[in-house]
Amino acid sequence: MDLTYTEEEEAFRARLRAWLAVSLPELPPKPDPLDWPGRRAYDTAWQRMLYDAGYAGLHWPVDAGGQGATPTQHLIYLEETERAGAPYVGANFVGLLHAGPTIAAEGTAEQRARWLPPVLRGDEVWCQGFSEPDAGSDLASLRTKAVRDGDSYVISGAKIWTSHAEVADWCELLVRTDPGAPKHRGISWLAMPMDAPGVTVRPLRTLAGSAEFAEMFLDEVRVPVANRVGEENDGWRVTMVTLSFERGTAFVGEVVACRRTLGELARTARRNGRWDDPVLRRRLGRLNAEFSALWRLTQWNVSESQSTGGVPGIGGSVFKLRYSHARQELYEAAAEVLGPDAVDLDHEWTADRLSSLSYTIAAGTSQIQQNIVAERILGLPKGR
Amino acid sequence: MDFRLTGDQRALRSGVRELLAGRFGRDALRAAVDREGTVDRELWRQLGEAGFFALRLPEAEGGVGLGLPEAVLAFEEAGRALLNGPLVATHLAAGIVPGAAEGGTVVTCATQLRGHIPHFADADVALVLYDRSWRVRYPKDLPSARAVRSMDPLTPVHRSSPDIPTAPPHPDGTLLTAAEQLGSAARTTEAAVQYAKERQQFGQPVGGFQAVKHLCAQMLVRTEVARSAVYAAAVTGDLTEIAGAKLLADEAAVRNARDCLQVYGGMGFTWEADVHLHLKRAWLRAQMWLTAAESEEIQADALASAL
Repeated sequence: MDLTYTEEEEAFRARLRAWLAVSLPELPPKPDPLDWPGRRAYDTAWQRMLYDAGYAGLHWPVDAGGQGATPTQHLIYLEETERAGAPYVGANFVGLLHAGPTIAAEGTAEQRARWLPPVLRGDEVWCQGFSEPDAGSDLASLRTKAVRDGDSYVISGAKIWTSHAEVADWCELLVRTDPGAPKHRGISWLAMPMDAPGVTVRPLRTLAGSAEFAEMFLDEVRVPVANRVGEENDGWRVTMVTLSFERGTAFVGEVVACRRTLGELARTARRNGRWDDPVLRRRLGRLNAEFSALWRLTQWNVSESQSTGGVPGIGGSVFKLRYSHARQELYEAAAEVLGPDAVDLDHEWTADRLSSLSYTIAAGTSQIQQNIVAERILGLPKGR
Repeated sequence: MDFRLTGDQRALRSGVRELLAGRFGRDALRAAVDREGTVDRELWRQLGEAGFFALRLPEAEGGVGLGLPEAVLAFEEAGRALLNGPLVATHLAAGIVPGAAEGGTVVTCATQLRGHIPHFADADVALVLYDRSWRVRYPKDLPSARAVRSMDPLTPVHRSSPDIPTAPPHPDGTLLTAAEQLGSAARTTEAAVQYAKERQQFGQPVGGFQAVKHLCAQMLVRTEVARSAVYAAAVTGDLTEIAGAKLLADEAAVRNARDCLQVYGGMGFTWEADVHLHLKRAWLRAQMWLTAAESEEIQADALASAL
C-alpha cells in the first residue's frame, strides 16, 4: 500500500502544473452551455492546445499517436487539470474516450492513420450511435440494419441519446449485419460520416433545458465497408472494449471537481449561516468522507489497472454505482445550502443538480451496474 | 503510487486468516458464545506468540516492527472471524503494560465506549486515556463498575464509575476498530452471496432474482468503498481520514449485516445463523471511539478549516 508518487510522477505533475498556469489564461471565454457550435469550438481549441504541448491522448498507446502514459500519470493529469479549472473533454468525449481507444485497439493501420490523428488534434468530433429508441439498457437488441451492397453498407434505422450529434463529424455506429444471428452476434461497428446523405439529427431537449443529445434517423445511408472496425458480426465484442474504457476512466476527474464543489458549499454555508444547522453540517461532513473514499477507490482502481496494462477492470462498476448517487446527494445538499436561491436556474449548482439526475441512468443504469457487480464479481446466477 | 497490497502484506493477511481458521473456527466461535464472550486465555497467548499484539512494537523491544497498514490487515481478519476479546486495547497496550505484547495480560480500555467497559471482568488491566496519554488502572480501582446485560453475546460489558471520562478520539484505536468492521462487512457479504447461490425458491437460486442480487451488489460496494477509506487512512495516519474510515466502515458493517440477515430470510432471524453476531458486534463497535455524529463533525471541521 503505497500512496506516495515517484519522483518521475511528481516531475510530470510539476511540468503539467506549470504548463496549465501559463496556458489556461489563453483560453477564450467559456461559451453559453446552450451554444453547441460555441462549445465545440471551445473544446476542440483546448484539445489543440493539449496536442501542441504533448498532452493529447496521454493514456493512448504511442503507436496510436498517444503519449503512452501510465494510468498513474493519467490520474495525475485528471487531478491537476480539474484542480486548475481546465476544461473537461466536452465535445471530444466520444473521440478521446470511446471511439479513439476502440480504433487504437481494434482498427487496421489505415483506419488508425485516418481517424486517430484528427481526434488528437481536435480537428474532428465524434458522437456515439449505440442506443436505440426501443433498446435502452438492452443494448444488444438494436435493430438498425446494414445491408451489404457492393463495397458499401446501406443503413436504415434510428438511434437515440446520441451525445454531441449536432456538432459531430463522425459517429461510432452499431448496426445489425446479420438479422438471423442471436442478438449478441450479427452486430458490426462502423465509422459513419455525419454528413452522409440520409442522416437526420433531431436534438432532444433534456429536463436540464439543454440539448445534450439527439435522436438520429438513418434512411438508406451508404457507408463504405472499409469503415468497419473489427470483423463483420463481431461488433459486440468490439463494443465491450469501448464500454470498459467508458466505465474505467470517464468519471475520474469529476471526483476532484466534486470535492472542490463541496469545499465551496462549506464556504457558502458559513457565509449565509446555514453552517450552524447541525443536520446540514453533518450532511456535508458525511459527503466529505464519501468523496475522500471515492478518491481513494479511484487510486485503488488505477493501481489495479496498472497491473493489467491499463485496461480498466470491473472495479469501474463499483465506482460508478457509488459515485453517481453521491453526486446526486452532493447537489441535493447544495440546494439545502442555497435555500430559496436553489430555484434560480442560472445558479451553477441548480443546473448541476438537474444534470446530476442523468448519472444513475447514463452509461448503464444503476440497476444494470448492480447486475454486473452481482453476476460478474460475486458470481450470482443470471436470472430475472 | 501503487495502492495494492505488497506480497508481504498479502502473506501476513493469509497467515492471520489461516491461524484464525484453525484456532477460531465455527465451533470455537459458538463455544465463545456459550461462554458469554469470556476471553480464551490460551488463545490469547497463542495470538501473542504469533505477534498479533506486538505487531507494531519495534523489533528492539521484542516486537514485529510492522506498521499501521499491517495492523489493519490483521484486525480486518479478526473482524471477519468475529474473534472476541479486547483485541484493540491489548494491541495498544503492547509496550505500555507488561505482558500485553506476549498475550499474557488481557487489557481493556475504560474510555472507548462512554461509561461502559467491555470485557471488564476478564481484564487484568483497564487503560484510561486522558488527552493523548494512557494511564494504567486496575479493575480493583473501579469498584463501582456494574455488569449490564450486553446486547452482543460475544462482548460482556460493565457500566463504569462516573469519574471515567470519555476519551478524545484515539487515532489508532479508532482505525483498528474500523478495520474489524471492514472484515465483518466483507464476511457478511460472502455469507449472503453463498446463501443466495444455494437457497432455492420458485425453482431457482434466490441469487438469480434481481431484488436479492441488488442487495448483494450494494453490500460489495459498501465494503469496497470502506476498504479504500480504511487502507488509505492506515497509510496516511491522518485523523480526518481515520474518522471518515470509521464512519464508512461502521455503516458497511451494520448495513451489510442487516442485508445479509434479509437474504437469509427467516433463518437469518434465528440464533443458529451467525448473522446476528455480526450485526450485534457491528452495532457495539459503531459506539466505540467515534460515533457517526462525531465522525461527521470531524469531517465538517476539516471542510471548514480548509477554507
